[in-house]
Amino acid sequence: MTLIVSDLCVDHGAIRAVDHVSMKIEQGQLAAVIGANGAGKTTLLRALSGLTPTTSGTASWQGHNLLHAKPEKLVRFGVSHVSEGKSVIPELSVEENLNLGALWRRNASEAKETRQRIFETFPRLEERSTQLADTLSGGERQMLAIGRALMAKPQLLLLDEPSLGLAPLVIAQIFQSIRDLTTRMGLTVVLVEQNAMSALEIADVGIVLNLGRVAATNSAQSLIADPQVRAAYLGY
Amino acid sequence: MFTFIDTVIIGLTSGAVYSLMAISLVLVWRSTRVINFAQAGQALLSTYIGYSFIGLFDSYWIALFFAIVLGAGVSALIEILFMRTLFKRNTGPIAGVAPIIATLGLLGLIHGLIGIFMGGKEAIIRPPVSNVGYTISGHTLALSPLKLVIVSAVLFLMISLSFIFTKTNIGLALRASAYSPEIARLAGVKVDAIRTLGWALAGAAGAAAGMLQTPNGTGALSPDSLEFSLLLVLGFIAAVIGGLESLVGAVIGGLLLGLVLAFVIMYVSATLPFMTAFLLLLGVLLVRPQGIMGRKVGRRA
Amino acid sequence: MHKLLHSNFGRFVFFIFLGFIIFLAGNRVDELRVYQGATLAMFVVAISSIILLTGYSGQVSLGHGALLAIGGYSAVLARNYWTLPIWVCFAIAVLVAAAAGAVLGTAAARLSGPYLAGTTLALAVGLPSIANQFSFLGGEQGLLFDVGAPPISLGADFSPYKWYFWIAASAALIALWWLQNIVRSRYGRTWRAVRGNEIAAQLAGIHSGKAKTLAFTVSSGVAGLAGALLAMTIGTVSPSAFPLTLSFSLLTGAVLSGVTTLPGVMIGAVTLVATPEISHAISNRLGNSEAVTTNLPGLLVSALLILVVMLVPNGPVEQMRSMRVRKNASISR
Repeated sequence: MTLIVSDLCVDHGAIRAVDHVSMKIEQGQLAAVIGANGAGKTTLLRALSGLTPTTSGTASWQGHNLLHAKPEKLVRFGVSHVSEGKSVIPELSVEENLNLGALWRRNASEAKETRQRIFETFPRLEERSTQLADTLSGGERQMLAIGRALMAKPQLLLLDEPSLGLAPLVIAQIFQSIRDLTTRMGLTVVLVEQNAMSALEIADVGIVLNLGRVAATNSAQSLIADPQVRAAYLGY
Repeated sequence: MFTFIDTVIIGLTSGAVYSLMAISLVLVWRSTRVINFAQAGQALLSTYIGYSFIGLFDSYWIALFFAIVLGAGVSALIEILFMRTLFKRNTGPIAGVAPIIATLGLLGLIHGLIGIFMGGKEAIIRPPVSNVGYTISGHTLALSPLKLVIVSAVLFLMISLSFIFTKTNIGLALRASAYSPEIARLAGVKVDAIRTLGWALAGAAGAAAGMLQTPNGTGALSPDSLEFSLLLVLGFIAAVIGGLESLVGAVIGGLLLGLVLAFVIMYVSATLPFMTAFLLLLGVLLVRPQGIMGRKVGRRA
Repeated sequence: MHKLLHSNFGRFVFFIFLGFIIFLAGNRVDELRVYQGATLAMFVVAISSIILLTGYSGQVSLGHGALLAIGGYSAVLARNYWTLPIWVCFAIAVLVAAAAGAVLGTAAARLSGPYLAGTTLALAVGLPSIANQFSFLGGEQGLLFDVGAPPISLGADFSPYKWYFWIAASAALIALWWLQNIVRSRYGRTWRAVRGNEIAAQLAGIHSGKAKTLAFTVSSGVAGLAGALLAMTIGTVSPSAFPLTLSFSLLTGAVLSGVTTLPGVMIGAVTLVATPEISHAISNRLGNSEAVTTNLPGLLVSALLILVVMLVPNGPVEQMRSMRVRKNASISR
């Protein structure tokens, strides 16, 4: 029950966005992938969910090959991806956005139960369940996006920059929820973040990407303590 | 007075058929963001299919059923064979217009093939119920059993499609795939299959439009008949007036167009329906570019 | 040669030279080919107008047949009512069609792809029916168009077809030369910027609505010229001379030529001229039934349109160029 990525390369035309990346994430771990703008974090995550074609290398989850599967297949392997920039559909209501995540299971009563548990984690979503997602604030949209991913009852959650464009207070709240969910539901999480400090604070392990390569891998605590990482990514 | 009532009745019935055509355009637009100009050609093909089934079973209703089912099948096939490859392969400056051009090519292709194989033959679809109007105090109204059937068939289809779209899981998948294919995919929706389904539903609605339009007109079926130019152009105009996104809008647009045209033909001139429709379209687009029922949803981030 | 073509004067000299060759060729072929040459020149003008609109400014018009009709009718009316010199009639055709295009373009600038396509389609279906409404337009029969006999100075055995050809070829050369200049000017760059990314163009200070309207106006003027040429070669204007299939054929010609490359225009024009002949040959083999003869040309054009859009969406010229670029890139790596 581990996510194993080995020697993964992704090219954008002539540019190598992800360069021989290897990593291993154990079940139940929350892994933070941090790095500067353009380090290849988002490309790595999109490659894992089949949204971006890869050049070489492998990635597997519970023995399933992730790289050559269509995105819609991944959900059936227990992998949910929340893409960058609050991936909700503004034209649908909050409830419909959530239901969308469980459509493929074709089990209405189970979906209802899961939805109830998501409402417990994010009560704001329940208050607004009949509103269009378009009317939500940035933080609420991010909650909805995560909620939709959870509706599929995933074991592996791929989160792309959940803090993007949010106020610090809201970021803290969302990151706390991510931590709680990981522990409570026994999820394995890959969290791609520019906001390195907040991400490492809730993470078990950290992976630092630089220009598409893995620059450092260690437990989140030791990365926070590492003077080099502090200087380069944490800003002090 | 009777002329006025008759004009309203004629306008509403022909408008109902335009609505049906507009519904099929809206369905395709919503599922793939393409205006399917071949829709009228597909309707023509489905009507010919229906015509041959009338010959086989001697029943309009069985033929209507087969026309709708096979019309849906043809439409799904077109999506799989042409649209998928087009979307996958297309990049570059004309990516935006390539689907439009391809559906036009399909229109010409279907039209040409039908012309070659069926063009010389006379084909007539007789109305399944009487198209002779009811008589009230010595005056024969334009309202006939056939016109009642047409209007109720359109209403039934609109209501059931609206129900499918807003209340069922399939409808949710259809809407999600239309608004944001990537998010729908990530949520596990098989977007390609859903798109094909959208095209199939559209093909069914178009087939129904063709099968109802023909007996309501002269009954004569021909690839060059005025009836199908009407379906092609007026269906589109009705869909745009309604805002392209909304089924209810498509029906309102179709009925409005039918009424306006009926009055122009009755009171102004019988040769100007297309020009009137064009001016109405231009007027609506200039005043309300998003259509009557269209709304603008801001896509933030 | 290439460098020469990139200066205004160079292009002018090139077009004069091209004209000279074309006129020499006109003396060496038989009457049918000369007549086809005139049709070819008409198609070159008509397709260029679509290439300008779709390829350079990113707007689709399915109703250019209607603009050709406007040009054709204006030229004929000017000739028949005021007996103006033929070149003045052509100029009037250009101006009237451009004016109509300006009105249409103002509406069009507010419409995005599918809306514009549908609106122009409605126009193409609707406009010819106006001719039936007003008697001075001649109804279904249409009006005769007589450009007059060729000048005596050209010799006694100078045929009318050759005269059509000279007129059409000169008009096509002038139109192409002018279009080449305009797409290389500031306006051409503006149009391409709007086509590429409208919002970015607006941020760069381009008034995208104005740019689109101008492109539509210019394109319509050129289409009007093509309409006048068409009226000249067939000798009449009538609603049936501008059917919906004409609009579709022109679009096919433009796609075949590669909508982004004006120089490719010959490919489309030659195909459109050759289609009736090819279809005639095929229907001869199939026994010449009426259904086949009337439907085959449209069928061929449509099939071609689909094939091109599916296989070489940017036109064969552009496709070859991009393949060459890719090949060079992989070698240099």
